Amino acid sequence: MSGAGLYALAGVALVMLGLYGLAVQAHLLRKLLAVNILGSGVFLVLVGLGGPAQAGPDPVPHAMVITGIVVAVSATALGLVLMLKLTTTGGRPTLEDDTPGEDPEA
Amino acid sequence: MSLLQTGIDALLALGLVWLAWRALACPDLFRGIVLFIAFGLLMALAWVRLEAPDVALAEAAIGAGLTGALLLAALARLHRIAPAGTRADTREAWRNGPALLLVLAGAGLGLAVLSLLPEPAGLQAQVAAELGRSGVSNPVTAVLLNFRGYDTLLEVLVLLLALLAAWSLEAEPPRREAPPGPVLDLLLRLLLPVLVLAAAYLLWAGAHAPGGAFQAGAVLGAAGVLALLAGWRLQPRLTGLPLRLAIAIGPGGFLLVAWALLLAGRPLLEYPPALAGALILLIETLATLSIAATLAVLFQGSRPGAEPPA
Repeated sequence: MSGAGLYALAGVALVMLGLYGLAVQAHLLRKLLAVNILGSGVFLVLVGLGGPAQAGPDPVPHAMVITGIVVAVSATALGLVLMLKLTTTGGRPTLEDDTPGEDPEA
Repeated sequence: MSLLQTGIDALLALGLVWLAWRALACPDLFRGIVLFIAFGLLMALAWVRLEAPDVALAEAAIGAGLTGALLLAALARLHRIAPAGTRADTREAWRNGPALLLVLAGAGLGLAVLSLLPEPAGLQAQVAAELGRSGVSNPVTAVLLNFRGYDTLLEVLVLLLALLAAWSLEAEPPRREAPPGPVLDLLLRLLLPVLVLAAAYLLWAGAHAPGGAFQAGAVLGAAGVLALLAGWRLQPRLTGLPLRLAIAIGPGGFLLVAWALLLAGRPLLEYPPALAGALILLIETLATLSIAATLAVLFQGSRPGAEPPA
C-alpha cells in the first residue's frame, strides 16, 4: 500500500466522521464543521486515488479539489449567515422545531 | 517508498482523523473551531505529501485560514445574539443505530477505494500532451483556466452568488465597534505591503509554479480580514460602486473573455494558443481582485457602507 492509498482511506474515515457529526450534532455551527470535514474527506479520496504514480501526480483531480475548496468556503460563509439569521429569529442555533415548552432565552 | 515515509504518512493520516474527531466531539465550540483550523493545516501537509503543492497552498490559505476566520467571527456574533447558544447542547454522543450503519458504509467505501487503488490510469498523459498549447507550464493552472475553464468560471460565480445571498439576508445589523489597540494597526502597516507582494507573486508564479488566482486571492483576502480586525474601514465613497466593481470584475471579465471567444467563432473558452498565456493572466488577475474582495466582505458580515444605528 502506497502513501496515497493511506490518505484515500483516511479520507473515507473523514467522510464517515463528517456524516456522523452532521447527523447527531444539533448545533448548526457543528453541523457546518461536520460538512467541512466531510468535504475534506471527499477531496482526500479524490486525490489519493489519483495519487503519485510512475507518471507523476494527476493534475486534473488537483484542479477539481482547488475548485472544491473555494466552493466549500462559499457554502460555509452562506451557511453561517443563515445560522445567524435563524438564531436572530428563532432564538437558538438549532433546527429543532418540535421542542415542547418555551425557550427561556427568547 | 521507504519505511520512514510510510510511517510519516500513516501518522499524518491518523492525525487527520483524530483531529477531525476531536473538533467535532469537544463540548466547547471555540476549542472545536481551533481544532478544525489545526485540522486544515494538517490537511495542507497531507497535500504536500500527495505531491499537490497547489492544493496545499489553497488549503492553507482558504481551508484553514479564511474558513477558520469566518467560523470564529460567526461564533462571536452568535455569542452576541444568543449567549446561551454558544454552548453545544450535543445529543447523546454515541447512538448505536446510525453509528453502526456508518461503520458498515465506511467499510464498504474503504473496500471500494482499495479495489480502485491499483489502477494508475490518470489523465497525466493527456494533460502533458496538450500543455504546450495551453499558454502556461503549470499543469494544474492549465487544467483550471484552460482545459476545464468552464468549471472555474462557474466556481467564481458560486462565490459571487454566496455573497449576494449573504447580503440579501442581512443577518446582523452593522454595529459600532470599540477601536482595537494600536499594536495591530502598526503591525498591519508593516504586513500589508508584504501580503500584497506575496499575493502578486503567487498570481504571477501560477503560470509555471505552484500558485494561481485562488491562492493569491486568498492571501489578499486575508490582508483584508486583518485590516477589518484592526478597525480599518473603506471610505464611504468607496463602499458603493467601486467595491461592487471589485467584486464583480472577476466573474464579469471571465464572462466577457468567454463571450468574445464565442463571437470570434471559437468553442466556449478555447483560447487561441498564441493569446492563451495573456488571456489566462488577465482572467486570473481580475479573479484575484474579486476573490479577495468577496472573502473580506463575507468576513465583515454586514454590507459595507450600511450605517450603524445611532
